[in-house]
Amino acid sequence: MDQMTTILQPDHVTIAGMSEPAKSRAARRVRGLSDRAIAWLFVAPTIALLLAINIFPLVWMIRLSFTSLNLSMSYLPLRFVGLDNFTDILTDEDVWFRLQTTAQFVIWSVALQVVIGYGLALLINRQFRGHSFWTTIILLPMMLSPAVVGNFWTLLLQPQIGPFNSLISLFTGVPPSSFSMTGQVSLAPWTIVLVDTWMWAPYVMLICLAGLRSIPDYIYEAAEVDRASPWRQFWSITLPMTVPFLMLAVLFRAIENFKMFDMVNLLTSGGPGSTTELVSITLKRAAFEKWRTGYSSALAIILFVTVFGAANIYVKVLNKVKQR
Amino acid sequence: MTAAVANSTAHSIVEASPRAKAVAGGLVILYAVITILPLLWIVATAFKSQSDAIAYPPKVIFEPTLEGYVNLFTVRTRQTPDFIAKLPPPETWYDKLVRQRDMVIAGPSKVVPRFVNSLIIGFGSTFLAVFLGTLAAYAFSRFRIPLADDLLFFILSTRMMPPVAVAIPIYLMYRQLNLTDTRLGMILLYTAVNVSLAVWLLKGFIDEIPREYEEAALVDGYTRLQALRKVVLPQAVTGIAATAIFCLIFSWNEYAFAVLLTSGEAQTMPPFIPFIIGEGGQDWPAVAAATTLFVVPIVLFTVLLRKHLLRGITFGAVRK
Repeated sequence: MDQMTTILQPDHVTIAGMSEPAKSRAARRVRGLSDRAIAWLFVAPTIALLLAINIFPLVWMIRLSFTSLNLSMSYLPLRFVGLDNFTDILTDEDVWFRLQTTAQFVIWSVALQVVIGYGLALLINRQFRGHSFWTTIILLPMMLSPAVVGNFWTLLLQPQIGPFNSLISLFTGVPPSSFSMTGQVSLAPWTIVLVDTWMWAPYVMLICLAGLRSIPDYIYEAAEVDRASPWRQFWSITLPMTVPFLMLAVLFRAIENFKMFDMVNLLTSGGPGSTTELVSITLKRAAFEKWRTGYSSALAIILFVTVFGAANIYVKVLNKVKQR
Repeated sequence: MTAAVANSTAHSIVEASPRAKAVAGGLVILYAVITILPLLWIVATAFKSQSDAIAYPPKVIFEPTLEGYVNLFTVRTRQTPDFIAKLPPPETWYDKLVRQRDMVIAGPSKVVPRFVNSLIIGFGSTFLAVFLGTLAAYAFSRFRIPLADDLLFFILSTRMMPPVAVAIPIYLMYRQLNLTDTRLGMILLYTAVNVSLAVWLLKGFIDEIPREYEEAALVDGYTRLQALRKVVLPQAVTGIAATAIFCLIFSWNEYAFAVLLTSGEAQTMPPFIPFIIGEGGQDWPAVAAATTLFVVPIVLFTVLLRKHLLRGITFGAVRK
């Protein structure tokens, strides 16, 4: 304890008073903790917190995934059912259907975000006047709360009172009340893609912009000397050199959209029917509405493993583009 | 792009021609305007009366009123005109506004406690995450830690887990510990999610501070902790502030954990806003007012953070 108090009161120590190297080294050995001790002392609280809040519950959940626990009938004794939950899930057509819905959502939203985001990045990279102001405006949607976004888009997309349908009607002549973006089986899957793209295209844009700016000018200068056409320059220089950045954006968006819950839960809550029921919404229903804890733990673990695998690849790409 | 060659005498080869710039500017501004319209519509809806908000066709021009904001902060009851006529004259402008709709204010709504919850949980978890994150980031940046890469990956991977899946065991654990629907429970949970971002971001910032400064301080007789406090931290202030804002934004915006683990006491704004109900469904002007008040800090933070946004969304890997 004494040791700690002296360490935490550095005001006693002045540089002038400690200028003798031998003296100071001795003092450090006596009063200071060794670097190794400090390293562990500094890292331990973070690891402890993550173990308590993430790993311990995870291990508990793995145990529960082998049981038939149902919280609405928790008076029943805990019964171990082996791999039954996992086989139930993997042979359940409904679950495969939700995974398909999720995959379609991920593929279409990420593809649109890449096209729009990369296009915007190419345009902004031309450094026109006022580009940083407009970039900030474009970035706003991705900073908002996805839940709040999902909620206010339900107003914008209301067939009659919402402005979206009226705007479409203005351009196409289709009466605004003749279609419902969130209530129609044929449109709802596209609606969640649309709102997600509105929100996250700026994310792809920002990362691609960094990629474009990382390309040194002299490469283009050399290409000009060789009389490479702009089209050729794009395919041989710009695109290959921004691919790692694009990968980073695509992987992260894919992971995020694979586990998408908040925005879609408020925009369509999985409906109409189950046309926009992403796998996270299925999981929420199983765990927090049907209270099938054993079953939902198993489903959660399947999702965990998938995300963990993807996160592994993501970190590899992250280290590749890391700028030191 | 096409004009680059033609103008190569006037401009550097790689700089776009004025015409290319103008076209790019026009397209980007068009996109920016379209993308901002939904937000402007919500800000405008907050100033509409109930009937203007649900008018068909939607109204672009309307008479602004503060009804939405008044409705957001109050609970009202409908009364007969006779009853209202007998009341003493309204004391405030909002009493008057409500009575014009044949209603009387019955008391404050729950929005202020929910807002306070958002603030307490947001700032509490941010403070803890940045504090723990700074220590860990310093250790990862300066010391040789065995399996450092694996530990860092472990730390990051906890953040990428699906929140609904994480919430299942947390729900069970919190039930045992009596932490369900408590601010402390939410602060701990958000700290755990934020600390991973904080470690990664701050490691990036601290890596950029030259080691020579600390080494000089150590030679001068500072202990490690003194060197950290007097040399490293002052130089990392910008990074710490940016990290804190990122953590605050996450906690402020978070919905999945909040909706699954809180129901009243500790409920924050995101699960509360969609359930602002008026007579006959969602009270859109009040919802829009709540959304506006909720989003304004985020807009300010985005402007403040714009130079560090890229770092924030790539966990500190991409800097410029």
